[in-house]
Amino acid sequence: MASIVSPRHLQGARHWHPARMEPELAIRMRGVVKRYGQITAVDGLDLEVPLGTCVGLLGPNGAGKSTTMRLLTAQSIADEGELEVLGFALPGESKQARARCGVVPQLDNLDTTLTVEQNLLVFTHLYRVPRAERHAAIERSLELAKLVDRRAERVDKLSGGMRRRLLIARALVHQPRLVLLDEPTVGLDPQVRQELWALIDALRSEGTTLLMSTHYIEEAERLADTVLIMSHGTAVAAGPPSELVLEHAGTEALEVYGGPARLAEVEAEARSAGLRTRRTGTSVSILGIDGRNGFRLEGERRPANLEDVFVLLTGEEIA
Amino acid sequence: MATSEARVPRLGRLERSALTGVLVREVVNFSSYWKSTTFSSTVEPTIYLLAFGFGFGSLVSTIGGYDYVDFVGTGTVATAVLFSSAFPAMFGTFVKYQFQRTYDAILAAPVDTEELVTAEALWIATRAGVYGCVPMLVAIAFGLDPAWGMLLVPFIGWIAGFGWANFGISIAGYSKSFENFNYVISAVLTPLFLLAGSFFPLDGFPEWAQVLAAFNPLYQCVQLIRAAVFGNLGWDDLFRVGVLVGFGLLVWRIAIRAMTKKLID
Repeated sequence: MASIVSPRHLQGARHWHPARMEPELAIRMRGVVKRYGQITAVDGLDLEVPLGTCVGLLGPNGAGKSTTMRLLTAQSIADEGELEVLGFALPGESKQARARCGVVPQLDNLDTTLTVEQNLLVFTHLYRVPRAERHAAIERSLELAKLVDRRAERVDKLSGGMRRRLLIARALVHQPRLVLLDEPTVGLDPQVRQELWALIDALRSEGTTLLMSTHYIEEAERLADTVLIMSHGTAVAAGPPSELVLEHAGTEALEVYGGPARLAEVEAEARSAGLRTRRTGTSVSILGIDGRNGFRLEGERRPANLEDVFVLLTGEEIA
Repeated sequence: MATSEARVPRLGRLERSALTGVLVREVVNFSSYWKSTTFSSTVEPTIYLLAFGFGFGSLVSTIGGYDYVDFVGTGTVATAVLFSSAFPAMFGTFVKYQFQRTYDAILAAPVDTEELVTAEALWIATRAGVYGCVPMLVAIAFGLDPAWGMLLVPFIGWIAGFGWANFGISIAGYSKSFENFNYVISAVLTPLFLLAGSFFPLDGFPEWAQVLAAFNPLYQCVQLIRAAVFGNLGWDDLFRVGVLVGFGLLVWRIAIRAMTKKLID
C-alpha cells in the first residue's frame, strides 16, 4: 500500500536539515488499530507526516479521521500498532508530545463568557508558556488571527469565522512544532473558509508542520503538500494531490449531461471502451479520457481532479 | 536521539504547572460569574436562618444547650459547603464534558485526567471553604457570638468540600445523562443532608440511624464546625477530621477513575 507520504517534493527551506538531528517525522503511525466494541474505527493505518509539511487526511464522514486525531493526543488509546509524535512514543510519552502540539478541534470549545484575550491567557498557562513570554505570545496569536481589535470582546459576541480564527490562534500560543487541525472549516461560509485557508497557509509557509483532516476536497487540494485518502479506517492512497490525480484519474475527464436513461447508456458505452466512470448527480464523468479523440460521445472536457480520485478509490460521494 | 527534546525530563504525575493551568482557567472564568454565585450563597443561608429561626425558633429556644439560631447557623455552614461543592461539581463537570467540551481542549494540552480532576476538585474545595463561611457571618449578624475557633471553619469546609467535589465529579463521570443526577440527589444527598444534624439533633433517631450518621461526612462536618465555633474541640474531633480526609481521598481516586473512563477511550 502506497501509504508512506513522500517528502521528496519538499526539499528546501521547509525541510529540516538532517544535521540538526531532529526526528525527521513529526508523526509516524504504523499498523494502528482502534476498535469501539464491534466497530473498527481505525483499521491498520500507516501515516507519516514529515516535519515542515502539511498533510491532509481526506475521507468521508466515518472514515476514521477524527479517531486518528484523538489517537494523536492520546485521548483515544490504540488497540494495536505504533504511534510516535515528534519522536515521542504514544501513549506513554504523550504528555511531552502534547506540550509541543497545537490542536484545533472540530467542535468549538472556547470559553464563551470570557474575552478573546482571556481565552488565550488561559491557554498560555495550560501550555506552560513562561511568565515572561506570555504577553508576547498572546499578542502574536492575536495578530496572526487578526483579532487584535477584538481582544476585549466576549467570545459569545464574535462571528462564527472569528471564533474559528480564535480557536486556531489558541492552538498557537506556545508556538507548537506540529498543529493538528480537525475539519478546520466545517460548516462555514465560503468567504470565511477562504479567510481560514489564508491563515492556515500562513502557518504552512512559516514551516509549522500540519496535519489536517477534512472532507472538503478543495481544502485538501489547496493546502496539503500530500494527501492521504482514508476509507473505512485505513489509507487507500497517499501522495501529492497532483500525482494522485495523474496516477488514478489521468489528466482529462469527459463530463456528459443528460436524463437518467441517457446517463445509463453513456456509462455502458464508456465501460465497453474500457474507461471508468462516476456519477456526479446530473452527469456522468468518464475518467482517463486523456486526449483520446476517437471517442465519439459529446460532452465537456475538463481536467481530472482529486474528487475523481476520491470517488474512484472510496466509492463514496463527498460533500 | 540527541535532540533537545530528549533532554526534557519525562513529565510526571500531578505536576504543578498542569494543575495551575486548570486552576487559572477556573479563576478567570470565575471572574465572569462570581456575582451571581456570591449572591445566591449569601441569600440562601439568610433565608434558611430566617425560616428556621422564626419557624422553629418560636417553638424551641435552645437545643443541646445552644441557642436555636446558633445551632442552625452552624448547621447551615456544612449545608452551604455541600451545596457549593457537590452540586457545582456534578453539573459543572457534566456541562464542561458534554456541552462545552472544555475537557477535550484541556486534555489535548499537557494535562492528564488525574491532574484535571485534582485541579477541579481543589478549586471547588476552595470555593466551598470560602462560601461555607458566609452563613456563619450571617448567623453572627443574627446574634452568634464571634469566636477564634471560627477561623478553623474555612479549613474544615475546604476538607469536606474536596470530598464533596470529588463525589460530584464521580457522579458526573459515571452518569450518561443529567437525569441520573435525580437518583443521586434523592437517594443519596437528601438522606445525607437530613441525617447530618444541621437543623435538628439526631438524639431522637433510632440507634442504627445514629450509628449510620457516624459514616456521614456531612454529619462529621457539622459536628466539627460546631465544636470549632463553640470552642469545645476534643480528641474525638480528630477522628472526625480523619473521616473527612479519608472520605476525600477515597472519592478523589474514584473521581479520577470515573473521568478517565469517560474522557479517554
